[in-house]
Amino acid sequence: MKNNLAKLSSLVLLAGLLSLYACEKFLPNEPEENEVLDGPMEGLSYAQTRLFLEGDEAFSEVFTPEKGLGAYFVTSSCFSCHSGDGKGHPSTTLTRFGRWENGQFDPLTHLGGGQLQNRAIAGFEAEVIPSEANGIAKFTPPAVTGLGLLAAVTDATLLDVADPDDMDGNGISGRVNYIEPPDFFSPLEWNIPDEEGRYIGRFGKKAAAIDLLHQTVNAYNQDMGITSDFDMNDPINYAVSSQQTDLIPDPEISAATGQSVVFYLRTLKAPIPRDESDANVQLGKQLFMDIDCGKCHIPTLKTGISDITVLSEVEFHPYTDLLLHNMGEELNDNYTEGLAEAAEWRTPPLWGLGLSPDAQGGEFFLMHDGRATSIEEAILLHGGEASNSRTYYQELSTSDKEALISFLKSL
Amino acid sequence: MKPIFILLLLSMTSQWLAAQDVDTLNLTNKDAVYQRPFIYEEQRSNLSAAVGGYLEANTNYFSTDGISEGYSMEMRRFNIFLYSTIKERIKFISELEFGHGTEEIELETALMDFELHPSLIFRAGILLVPIGYFNQNQDSPKWEFIDRPLVSTNLIPSTYSDVGLGLHGTIPIRDFSFTYETYLINGLQEGIITNEENRTFLRAGKGEERFGEDNNGSPAFTTRLALNKRKFGEIGISGYIGNYNIFKKDGLPIDEKRSLLIGALDYNFSIKKVKFLGEIAYIKADIPSDVGQNFGNTQWGFHTDLIYPFWQGKLFSWQNIILNASLRFEYLDYNVGKFRDTDSNISDHLYSIMPSIGLRFSPNTLLRMSYRYQWDTDLFGNPPAKTAGFQFGFASYF
Ligand code: HEC
Ligand code: HEC
Repeated sequence: MKNNLAKLSSLVLLAGLLSLYACEKFLPNEPEENEVLDGPMEGLSYAQTRLFLEGDEAFSEVFTPEKGLGAYFVTSSCFSCHSGDGKGHPSTTLTRFGRWENGQFDPLTHLGGGQLQNRAIAGFEAEVIPSEANGIAKFTPPAVTGLGLLAAVTDATLLDVADPDDMDGNGISGRVNYIEPPDFFSPLEWNIPDEEGRYIGRFGKKAAAIDLLHQTVNAYNQDMGITSDFDMNDPINYAVSSQQTDLIPDPEISAATGQSVVFYLRTLKAPIPRDESDANVQLGKQLFMDIDCGKCHIPTLKTGISDITVLSEVEFHPYTDLLLHNMGEELNDNYTEGLAEAAEWRTPPLWGLGLSPDAQGGEFFLMHDGRATSIEEAILLHGGEASNSRTYYQELSTSDKEALISFLKSL
Repeated sequence: MKPIFILLLLSMTSQWLAAQDVDTLNLTNKDAVYQRPFIYEEQRSNLSAAVGGYLEANTNYFSTDGISEGYSMEMRRFNIFLYSTIKERIKFISELEFGHGTEEIELETALMDFELHPSLIFRAGILLVPIGYFNQNQDSPKWEFIDRPLVSTNLIPSTYSDVGLGLHGTIPIRDFSFTYETYLINGLQEGIITNEENRTFLRAGKGEERFGEDNNGSPAFTTRLALNKRKFGEIGISGYIGNYNIFKKDGLPIDEKRSLLIGALDYNFSIKKVKFLGEIAYIKADIPSDVGQNFGNTQWGFHTDLIYPFWQGKLFSWQNIILNASLRFEYLDYNVGKFRDTDSNISDHLYSIMPSIGLRFSPNTLLRMSYRYQWDTDLFGNPPAKTAGFQFGFASYF
């Protein structure tokens, strides 16, 4: 009897030891590639994968006051706004402001504009919107996937897609935003400046960032109060003093860290669609094109020649034209950047749309400030150049509407 | 070098404290290095201090959402105790911990007890703060699980020791013993809201400087009251209250006083052969609203362990081996509350379940093996990250 028990227990031990190796069954499964937004593009070399992982680490780094956070900031890591590389939750929404006077927009930089730093490290007071501001907009963090492809589309392609004067008379007149480049901007061969030396912006909701480095440097600076070799000035709360308040030696991150994050963003995979062969989804795709959604959310773009092989001369499906469109008065927040008008917004890519709730706490928060809590609400907020398209949508039968929405969710 | 130095220092202090009856007038300065009580006490064959300790090591194989870093081994702790009865009713005890080799070296205890009466003992030094059950009772060989309870490490920041002084004692009442402990300590610091966890995290508030001076000149108060019934178990309630931030510098006010309160309830008792063991912690912190909603001002959590000795006997010619089967449930909510922007719940919580098997060769030595499944939900309530894995390890006193 005792002997049996001894055997039994040694068996238990042995089984346990074995389970150290044969345990995959008891471990959580890896989700399908098309169920998650994060992860590298396929086909990166070992060296590129290492760079990707370095950038990933920097993207997830949480800044503390000792590391230079703030003193005024919005959140303390890229990851907390772009959680899982997806869209942000409303609690991470950032606020920008400025003042319209005589048809001119002033971002009120001397009062701490355009971006509000609504958080402060312990013992400091956060910034508040100055009373001078009469244009205020909120920005919900977008997903950051597939940006390497979008960054590799040449300026010539964008100018080609643009139709600023609506020559084809379809009521849709996408145009590019031109932006004063920052000192650290170094143009690529295919960048085409305007006569005043401004370059085409393509990132951000107003297309105000020329490239991913531009966006990244601003994010470190304005979203987290982190200085870099590219921008040595911390945000200031003018209600306290016009002096810098953060005593951590600048730069708080090196140029190399900034570049690694850019590499990460460039090589994050593009969202992979689900249920593509589903009949309803295919019908929805057809309707999407039929009712002119695809005139702005254009399905296919092509990259130019790129230093990263997997980004070079490839076709991809972001459902955006990266251009500015007047979206009507309802979406006019009386705020702007660059040459965009207040009612103009850059067409957001729709890829990954269906996975948004997995990063936004189980719900949709769509459009620039997350005001739409469903895809249908987002469509119904389309005005201006998209009014016709919205009307066509409203005229669809219920089942067609459903098909369209299941297509959008499959992206 | 450093650990050895600390060790030496420790033992010397203990011996020096024992040197009360030495005739100091006859000592030459030149020989001072040899004129230490532990040397002549040893020569008189009075062993003046006892040395002990424990060690624990284990393997890890974990995977989160299908991604595993693979298999690895870990030497968690090697702890050394020094104990000395300096004089009747005056005791010294210390514990030096080497975590992960020499990666983390910490003096967890170095204290003196002066017993005026069993119900009134004065204690001073570096002491284990009496919040909950685990913090004072964390020696690994006592536990059936390789991992420490999360409520005891991530809410109550075990191992939490601090410099302090106070009183403790035991008052017998029939079948029961009532015990109390009450100390003033330097307390947790601002790290609780300036840390890389990006949440209120008491563990990060254990600034090294706390052993040197109080960060804000206002000590924290901590106490535990417990009732113990012989052969049944014990229930304890405990608390901590103090200000964690620096609110004054050079006499000038620079912030409001921000308080931190920890409350805990712990229990351990046996019904038939099953032992129940656990603690519940509740934390209320005054967090400046400007640092962001990810820093919760209320946290709570618990763990409960069930331990059942399902076999006892002889194994490989070892006598009196006990095989325990155990199960642990855990829940932690790092941030109780709602988002201001959406009025939806702030998540930032986790669940975990961990079955374990422990093979006790003696009450002081065991091999153990556990499996854990844990669900971590982020701040926003997105689908939880699922982590699971296996561990195998040993722990023993020596
Ligand atoms: C406070 C939240 C927040 C933080 C922190 C943050 N972002 Fe963003 N991010 C946003 C918002 C909001 C936008 C849209 C900005 C705009 O329209 O100008 C954005 C836009 C972007 C874009 C452009 C995406 C596109 O499709 O145009 C990139 C790239 C980006 N962020 C990268 C980063 C990086 C890298 C970091 C860390 C260095 C970071 N973000 C930190 C909120 C945040
Ligand atoms: C005139 C160009 C244009 C047309 C046509 C258009 N959209 Fe949009 N769409 C936009 C712009 C610009 C935005 C961003 C507005 C904002 O952020 O406030 C947008 C936003 C969206 C969003 C929300 C995306 C997000 O990430 O928040 C969805 C969904 C969407 N469009 C679907 C459609 C559908 C479906 C149609 C056809 C019925 C359509 N759009 C037609 C330009 C257009």
